[in-house]
Amino acid sequence: MKKNKKNQSLKLNRRELLVGSASLGAMAAASNSVFAKEVSLKNLPPNVPEWTGELGDGVDVNPYGMPSQFEENVIRRNVEWLTASSQSSVNFTPIQDLEGIVTPNGLCFERHHGGVSIINPKDYRLMINGLVDREMIFTLDDLKRFPQTNKFYFLECAANGGMEWKGSQLNGCQYTFGMVHNVQYTGVKLSDLIQETGLKPKAKWVLAEGSDSSGMTRSIPIEKLLDDCMIAWAMNGEALRSEQGYPARLVVPGWEGNMWVKWLRRLEFGDMPYMTREETSKYTDLLPEGNARMFTWVMDAKSVVTSPSPEKPILNKGVHQLRGLAWSGRGKISRVDVSLDGGKNWKTAKLHDPVLSKSVARFTFPFEWNGEELLIQSRAIDETNYIQPTIQELQKIRGVNSIYHNNSIATWLVNSDGKVDNVRLG
Amino acid sequence: MFDLVRHSILFSFFIFLSSFVNADDRKFNLGKIATKTEIAGWNIDVRPDGMGAPKGSGDAIKGEEVYAEQCAACHGDFGEGVDRWPELVGGEGSLDTHDPVKTTGSYWPYASTMYDYIYRAMPFGVAQSLTHDETYQIVAYLLYMNEIIEEDFVLSEKNIGKIKMPNQKGFLLPDPRPDIANTDGKPCMENCKVPTKIIGKARDIDVTPEEEKS
Repeated sequence: MKKNKKNQSLKLNRRELLVGSASLGAMAAASNSVFAKEVSLKNLPPNVPEWTGELGDGVDVNPYGMPSQFEENVIRRNVEWLTASSQSSVNFTPIQDLEGIVTPNGLCFERHHGGVSIINPKDYRLMINGLVDREMIFTLDDLKRFPQTNKFYFLECAANGGMEWKGSQLNGCQYTFGMVHNVQYTGVKLSDLIQETGLKPKAKWVLAEGSDSSGMTRSIPIEKLLDDCMIAWAMNGEALRSEQGYPARLVVPGWEGNMWVKWLRRLEFGDMPYMTREETSKYTDLLPEGNARMFTWVMDAKSVVTSPSPEKPILNKGVHQLRGLAWSGRGKISRVDVSLDGGKNWKTAKLHDPVLSKSVARFTFPFEWNGEELLIQSRAIDETNYIQPTIQELQKIRGVNSIYHNNSIATWLVNSDGKVDNVRLG
Repeated sequence: MFDLVRHSILFSFFIFLSSFVNADDRKFNLGKIATKTEIAGWNIDVRPDGMGAPKGSGDAIKGEEVYAEQCAACHGDFGEGVDRWPELVGGEGSLDTHDPVKTTGSYWPYASTMYDYIYRAMPFGVAQSLTHDETYQIVAYLLYMNEIIEEDFVLSEKNIGKIKMPNQKGFLLPDPRPDIANTDGKPCMENCKVPTKIIGKARDIDVTPEEEKS
């Protein structure tokens, strides 16, 4: 039965799925409960736990430490039927299992267009050409000798939540909000690097090009490039992971993840945008009239309740700490409100330090649950006073076919048994 | 007169030299000057105005053959797409419907982008292996299949910047966001008039991946 259903899902095409069909019947999504380990009473007071009466591993058993074996379900996951091949595909950060604001490097979601390139850093070169005074080539060591900058930034895919435009479709916090991660980058600011090459007065745009098998390319206006963009070689204190562009990637704070070109090999300066495949046929937002917005770069303010959530059911009555993340591509998060009744009444959540510009912020909100149904929502407000919208507000202007930039408020239904569902209110 | 020309040539030569060897205006003196050969190998992008288009040409007649060999396995003999691989042909008039089909013919605003992308990224997994002529041939075939050019039209570096694509005017600039009303930082806090009826559940759609370990 399970196998059949899987095959059926794979055969359906994306448009049919987006239209949505309830005919396949209800089936509970996986929850973390399937991984719960049994309690061993012999390890509980007043007994002496089994690990106390023996020596553990010595140093160097794991020269590079790994998470506890009991955390094996905290992993990136993908939705196989979304894409034709795993080399041009995406997976999702398990944000429901994370705390604070830092995404561990191994859990940062992946989005590749031609698989993960493996590059010997000795073979790495960055070329800068076009409307510059000097067309130049830099090694990785060259880049590391420039003045350094260290900054926390979120990276969100413009298609995060893209499956939810027409209705609630994927029953998971990870699948609906997990195309985001937040790490501390170390690198060189473009405004410093460009002092070596100089810029011609006519230079208005830059083409950033990856050296991966898709030759990823995006055009970026020069004002943004020189404002806060950087070329990073480290994340969270260690070298970039290969799947995040090792040895060097572009960082475009607050703007859609597709522009953060990984395995960066070239920057070409020009006097007009290059109209690459990614910024014309993709990452343009189709409107109901059949035309499309182009160059929709900034990621608007958004928030999500990570617990409770479909993967994090409520297991006990009594007090709980609602947890969530909020971020804005326009600056700092100034406030997050939480509703337990589907948006009728709101209370302001606690924002935890640090709250940084163009970085995710952590919020919590204490609540008591006694078995009643809840409709949980969160609503972010950023320092520009922008308020995270409802899906109806977005649909009214943008329809349901724009795929990208769905930053609307989601609703988690807490059922009377504590299980949580992704639902749409209307 | 001759002297004047000679002097100006000499002067230009010095300017030329100084722009390469004089590191005075370089703040850090890092990196090296790229040679023309080095740049030529990596500078593969083609812009809408045709800038960057390499010398070469091809028509749809030859393109059909190359396409069949290099592209059809994933994109179908007629650009209809196989399995989940993208459709490349058709979709006219679909963009304002419930079921928009975005192809090179119905959606892509510039033919240059087709050349640029096919040359840099296709065939999938064998990137940058096509010749320039083969790339022009494939682009010509796709333009012909989308009824944008005639079968015997010879596409080349001279005219790829002049092809008019049907949806070229279909894109809006600049980004109008924030495009919602609530940008005053003062949202409703109590007794807000919002829809609270559940009209759909992801659980019922049942397309969420299931854990294999259960």
